[in-house]
Amino acid sequence: MNRRDHTLESSSPERVTTFPFTAIVAQDEMRQALLIAAVDPSVGGVLVFGDRGTGKSTAIRALAGLLPRMRAVVGCPYACDPAAPAEACPHCAGKLERKSALVPVPVVDLPLGATEDRVVGALDLQRALALGEKAFEPGLLARANRGFLYIDEVNLLEDHLVDLLLDVAASGVNTVEREGLSIRHPARFVLVGSGNPEEGELRPQLLDRFGLAVEVATPTDIATRIDVVRRRDAYERDPAAFCATYSKAERAQAKQITLARERLPAVTIPDAVLEACARLCLALGTDGLRGELTLMRTARALAALDGTHDVTIDHVRRIAPAALRHRLRRNPLDEAGSTARVARAVAEVLA
Amino acid sequence: MTPEPGAGRWADAIRVAALLAADPQACVGIRLRAGAGPVRDAWLRHLTDRLATGTPVRRCPPGIGDDRLLGGLDLAATLSAGRPVAQAGLLAEADGGLVVVPMAERLSPGTAARLAAALDTGTVAVARDGFFETRAARFGLVLLDEGLDDEAPPVALTERLAFDVDLRDLALRDIDGATASDPARRTPDRAMEPDDASEAVATLCAAAEALGVASLRGPLLAVRIARLIAACDGRSMLAEPDLAEAARFVLGPRATRMPAPEQPGDDAEPPPPQASPEDERPPDASADEAASERQQAEPPSLDDVVLAAALAAIPPGLLAALAAGQAPARGGKVGKAGAAAAAARQGRPIGARAGDPRRGRLSLLATLRAAAPWQALRRSETGAGEARAIIVRPEDIRITRYRQRTESTTIFAVDASGSAALERLAEAKGAVELLLAEAYVRRDRVALVAFRGRAAELVLPPTRSLVRAKRGLAGLPGGGGTPLAAGLDAAADVALAVRRGGGTPVVVLLTDGRANVDRTGTPGRPRASEDARAAALRFRAAGYAAILIDTAPRPQDSARALAEAMGARYLPLPQADARKLSAAVRAAGEAA
Repeated sequence: MNRRDHTLESSSPERVTTFPFTAIVAQDEMRQALLIAAVDPSVGGVLVFGDRGTGKSTAIRALAGLLPRMRAVVGCPYACDPAAPAEACPHCAGKLERKSALVPVPVVDLPLGATEDRVVGALDLQRALALGEKAFEPGLLARANRGFLYIDEVNLLEDHLVDLLLDVAASGVNTVEREGLSIRHPARFVLVGSGNPEEGELRPQLLDRFGLAVEVATPTDIATRIDVVRRRDAYERDPAAFCATYSKAERAQAKQITLARERLPAVTIPDAVLEACARLCLALGTDGLRGELTLMRTARALAALDGTHDVTIDHVRRIAPAALRHRLRRNPLDEAGSTARVARAVAEVLA
Repeated sequence: MTPEPGAGRWADAIRVAALLAADPQACVGIRLRAGAGPVRDAWLRHLTDRLATGTPVRRCPPGIGDDRLLGGLDLAATLSAGRPVAQAGLLAEADGGLVVVPMAERLSPGTAARLAAALDTGTVAVARDGFFETRAARFGLVLLDEGLDDEAPPVALTERLAFDVDLRDLALRDIDGATASDPARRTPDRAMEPDDASEAVATLCAAAEALGVASLRGPLLAVRIARLIAACDGRSMLAEPDLAEAARFVLGPRATRMPAPEQPGDDAEPPPPQASPEDERPPDASADEAASERQQAEPPSLDDVVLAAALAAIPPGLLAALAAGQAPARGGKVGKAGAAAAAARQGRPIGARAGDPRRGRLSLLATLRAAAPWQALRRSETGAGEARAIIVRPEDIRITRYRQRTESTTIFAVDASGSAALERLAEAKGAVELLLAEAYVRRDRVALVAFRGRAAELVLPPTRSLVRAKRGLAGLPGGGGTPLAAGLDAAADVALAVRRGGGTPVVVLLTDGRANVDRTGTPGRPRASEDARAAALRFRAAGYAAILIDTAPRPQDSARALAEAMGARYLPLPQADARKLSAAVRAAGEAA
């Protein structure tokens, strides 16, 4: 059994020729949300829901190519930040000197049919069988630490796995208590889920855990549709050449993320904007403070992406649908749907 | 546009088989609608004969387990070797070849999603049984759809496949003559010259638009198939026949509407309402130009040729339905996913625990894992005389835990006849949506049968999706006679399907109990009442939980008698609003 074999974050041939993020046509809301998560991982995950064949998976896999490399402790299965305190990590704790290297940010796919032992980690069967040792083999959550965990068809994932993932995503720590092992390791990741509401909807308490929720629809405008098909066709015929034509745009986009990250701590929110956020959440009746917090955080990240240091009402306006639409109390008899309700409230409150 | 004779359709099917065999992965796959029989066998033979020798073909039963589908631990090898040995799943084995799924209408959404993920990425990712692996799995999928009526394979899967071929009403004589005339096409020459496909793409997009193909996968696959056709014919440039043929094979079966007569394509119809406020990017200048050029082209333009070709491929029945402006056929397929899910959910393994295998199913893997760490120790304890590779003690034994889901499905059977129909329907619709909204946590499902005129109709197959429910309920017509017997039969059928899938059905019948159309659809009160009573007794015999909600302004004896015959609770609720209704149903459901 080769344990450190080819995963998605390694440099497999598919990785080199992933469809470029910047070549994605339209779907601005989805791209904006993913970029925000890349700038500020603490916004708490992105949920992409919508029609089939709208490039949900493509966009999320493409994001991996944009993320600037990160510094990680060599040999640490959790890819710890050398600047972070070592105590939290079972590998790094107690080590006096930690070498570090630049590695790609992990974007880990959670395949459907994954068993719980592979997600949280379990007893290392190899070592147990061969050496009679009791050792922990980290799971997908460990690999996703400091990166992204992507679940396609999140609504088809088994409930107990979803609960587990959300719990870990919220706490940033994976606690393993099984087979006589007792281990805690860091597992901070941005949860990205995608799905189609026709396959079944997500439980509301689950929806609320995602920071941003975006809806994608198949473009109806013929020029846009032609553009999508044309680019995809060009990509399929010669992936390498297609990616090469977008390499400049990709570099620019990556730079935008890097700069936005640097700028983020200095971005301030004027009191007037804070107040507008509060009024908007009040008008929509969103439960709890999570909506308001997300609204402020994402607006800051958006301002950072825009290259400014001040959040304006306009930033709030642009991000409000994605930050709030999944936090509204359901009213099934309201035909308009939550997106329209947010839009209405934005128009009234932020006028 | 005329329905093609059988031989022509067979020739098309053979052509599709040749394309599929030439490059299974590019075609993604085919949904073949046909019953098991000589016609289907003949087609499959054509397909496999064309495959290059040594191409793997794997049959995948629809109820396949993850260990076989995706791969996992090879237990026998692990036990004999004393170290974990991985075993490839069916998808990885089929790399470069075909996966054939018989009875594809029985595929569960979960299995469909696994297949779809492999089709999308060309790989199969395994995170099971102590393994992390990504193996190549570039295959073409052949879904053998034997579904009757509204049974169909999951749309998530069929939507990804390039072809949808219907051989259901072909006879052996149709296929005899055509076989010989099939042109021998071999592996395509993939070295295509770089050409400017802008016009081809625009043409196929316009055709897709005119036919109401919403998803972009339609035109995408059509472009890909057009290229494949050109390559198979040994040409490096796309030509008109390639586009026409691709449109015929790929876009025709996806059509959801007839093109607007005068101006196929743009502006003919208002764009569907958009869910999200999308700030449109300024459209690509070159695309714009292409579009306008296309519009000004003189007749008969390439667009018309391609569109006509696609229209020729629309199955006759669908064509008539489209021409009559009826609901798109593809929409009808929605809804089976939920029903299939129930069947797969009957007792889902949710892990393992220590226990006695006589009172549960032995979980070999968990048992092995429990035994694994102690092997070195035990071997030294028992001494060298122990020949077994792995020593398992009783305390290692684990059994699989199952979660038996008895999700309940509320089936509304709504009398949509007469003058009160609209109100009643509105109430039922509201109740359905309320119940769904409240049922998220419990993950219960809702179905709706409406009866009016001469027959009953399953308006909303069991679902828990609010989106789908809303779509199904919008524009439900009312008025006409009261075929009560047909309504009861239809509700009983749905209830039976739910029970077969391991769920608990609760039937809610909204009617005033006065039947006036019998089972055969003939008006006449006495006969109709008799039939209704018979249907009610049959219903009772099956023992489904039910409530009858009397919607008449004054409680009716006929309704009360019917409730008695059905073994249903009787609930006069003349001014029922959606909220009262859903509260009553919930109370009944808990009692059931």
